[in-house]
Amino acid sequence: MKVFVCIKQVPDTTNVRINPETNTLVREGVQSIINPFDVYALEEAVRLKEKHGGTVTVITMGPPQAESALRDAIALGADNAYLVSDRAFAGADTLATAYALSCAVRKLGGADIILMGRQAIDGDTGQVGPGVAENLGISHITDIRKIEEITDSRIVVERLLEEGYARIATRLPVVLTVVKEINNPRLPSLKGKLAAKKAEIALLKAADIEADVQRLGLNGSPTQVMKIFTPARPSGGKKFTGEPAVTVGALLSELTTAGISIRKSGK
Amino acid sequence: MDPIRVITQNCVGCKLCVKACPYEAITLTGPLVEGRTDRNTAVIDLGKCTLCGACVEACKRYNAIVITRRTFKGQDVATYSGVAIFAEHRRGRIASVVPEIIGAARELAKQRASTVSAILVGNGVHAFTDELLSYGVDEIWMIDNPAIGDFDEDVQADLVSEILLEKKPEVFLGGGTVVGRSLLPRVAARILTGLTADCTELSIDGETQLLKQTRPAFGGNIMATILTQNHRPQMATVRHKVMTPAEKVSDPKGKVIELKHIPVPRSKLEFLEFVEEKSATINLVEADVIVSGGRGIKDPKNFSLIEKLALATGGAVGASRAAVDAGWIPYSHQVGQTGKTVKPTVYIACGISGAIQHLAGMKASDMIIAINSDPNAPIFDVAHYGIVGDLFQVVPELIKRLEAGA
Repeated sequence: MKVFVCIKQVPDTTNVRINPETNTLVREGVQSIINPFDVYALEEAVRLKEKHGGTVTVITMGPPQAESALRDAIALGADNAYLVSDRAFAGADTLATAYALSCAVRKLGGADIILMGRQAIDGDTGQVGPGVAENLGISHITDIRKIEEITDSRIVVERLLEEGYARIATRLPVVLTVVKEINNPRLPSLKGKLAAKKAEIALLKAADIEADVQRLGLNGSPTQVMKIFTPARPSGGKKFTGEPAVTVGALLSELTTAGISIRKSGK
Repeated sequence: MDPIRVITQNCVGCKLCVKACPYEAITLTGPLVEGRTDRNTAVIDLGKCTLCGACVEACKRYNAIVITRRTFKGQDVATYSGVAIFAEHRRGRIASVVPEIIGAARELAKQRASTVSAILVGNGVHAFTDELLSYGVDEIWMIDNPAIGDFDEDVQADLVSEILLEKKPEVFLGGGTVVGRSLLPRVAARILTGLTADCTELSIDGETQLLKQTRPAFGGNIMATILTQNHRPQMATVRHKVMTPAEKVSDPKGKVIELKHIPVPRSKLEFLEFVEEKSATINLVEADVIVSGGRGIKDPKNFSLIEKLALATGGAVGASRAAVDAGWIPYSHQVGQTGKTVKPTVYIACGISGAIQHLAGMKASDMIIAINSDPNAPIFDVAHYGIVGDLFQVVPELIKRLEAGA
């Protein structure tokens, strides 16, 4: 089975802090990591390989430094890694990104299953997975919390929805985006780390993936960022300190004044 | 020519762009600023630049940075008009986000002096038409066909695409739900237009008449306003519980237009079953009150205290990532960047310090109440009311008062 994982290198936003004076992001010391949701996708891919055989190929589109994310992916069990990187890709929105990734997958011979995280933690869009599937003309299912089984190219999955989950089956090939409930990713093994060090990361440029240059990067992106700003920082409200009986009383009377009841109605 | 350039003669070396760049792609290492010997002009590292435009915005005063776009040919913009929404439904109910999208759509349509249409596809969906019309929808573009299953998202994406190509609305909105955020990207990739995810604000730009789509990124640390200039429809998914729901109209005048000529393809997806998560306290996204526990809960069995408070308030139980990662409560309860985004009327955070990724998921709540023993916990920065104290004393006291009818 040929499993592809599309990953993205992102700033570790859990370490991002706001500078209260300038109201901007403090970037010093912020590391680049594999998008956490993609780590679950990669783990699931490695588990599929362990169960069904085959290969795990990781691809990322990004600047040259995204190569380190691919090495991390090899340390976590991927067999091959491709860096899709070219000046022509810069400024890509989700439409252009999905197009470029689908060209790369096609160029690499296609996949049975393409896995990715439900969204990247920097852009938070979750639009690339469905876009890749559409470009390849194959099915997609988002927010997968479990791959139940794969038999004779039929796959059964559980998809997390707002009020429960749906069990859905489809034929391969398919694009699946995963939620973190799907597994507990392993840590890199020593063997994996060594492999990561030695691995050859192949570079795919725009010409290599036989893409229509008009559809790449900024030129291939219908959306355009008009403005970026930091949201107004909330100033904090009233704080009560003291004995619980006093503080709770103070809180409840404030709420009453504000016309808000937190008591279950109809009781 | 590079797509982004510094116009050296305009640059004053003020460093605003350096600060604005989220990717550390700009340095002041260019030629000297004209007439100065102590300041250099900006240089953009094209290897790091993602052409996000933050620097262009920061440099508005000097106009020293320009981005040149040669976007691939879009649709003939002038032939598109009206605002359309995706009437998501499942298992016999219209999604609760739909009245909110209609509310937003009606505002936009008013500014554009145009109409609101709802795209409704499925099996037996004529049952929803009265409800949709009562929200003031002008037209319903409907395909009601027994072959369209609730979970046949591929077929629905197909039909929605066909309807958009035929009806040509200039704006198309869907809910920021699991289905909306899966179906709309597929549609946008099919009909080749722009799509902005999970918008929290939508308006029409007075000058260009384009849809201004504002959304959080970087876990809510940054807001971005996005335009789709040359492609139609301008598509966006809208975050649940942010927009004001449309008010019902007393005598609905809208009409239903059946699009029977559009063929319904076969689904490649096979729906097996739906399993409802029964727990009464689980539907966080819909809850008016949410009581959440974090690291300060210390032990899984102490979550019963949170549950008791949730019961007393009639609310749902949430949790921070720390509590979920510790295995104290299932992931479905997690609020935050990697969990659920919620916007209840009241959010009560117990023993949650307020890490940025947690705030990203709840700071839009109408009212936030924080209970924490650390007076410097960041949660107090976003809380409207805070109680500094031991949650094991404060929460029981609160439950007692609420049960006593406070």
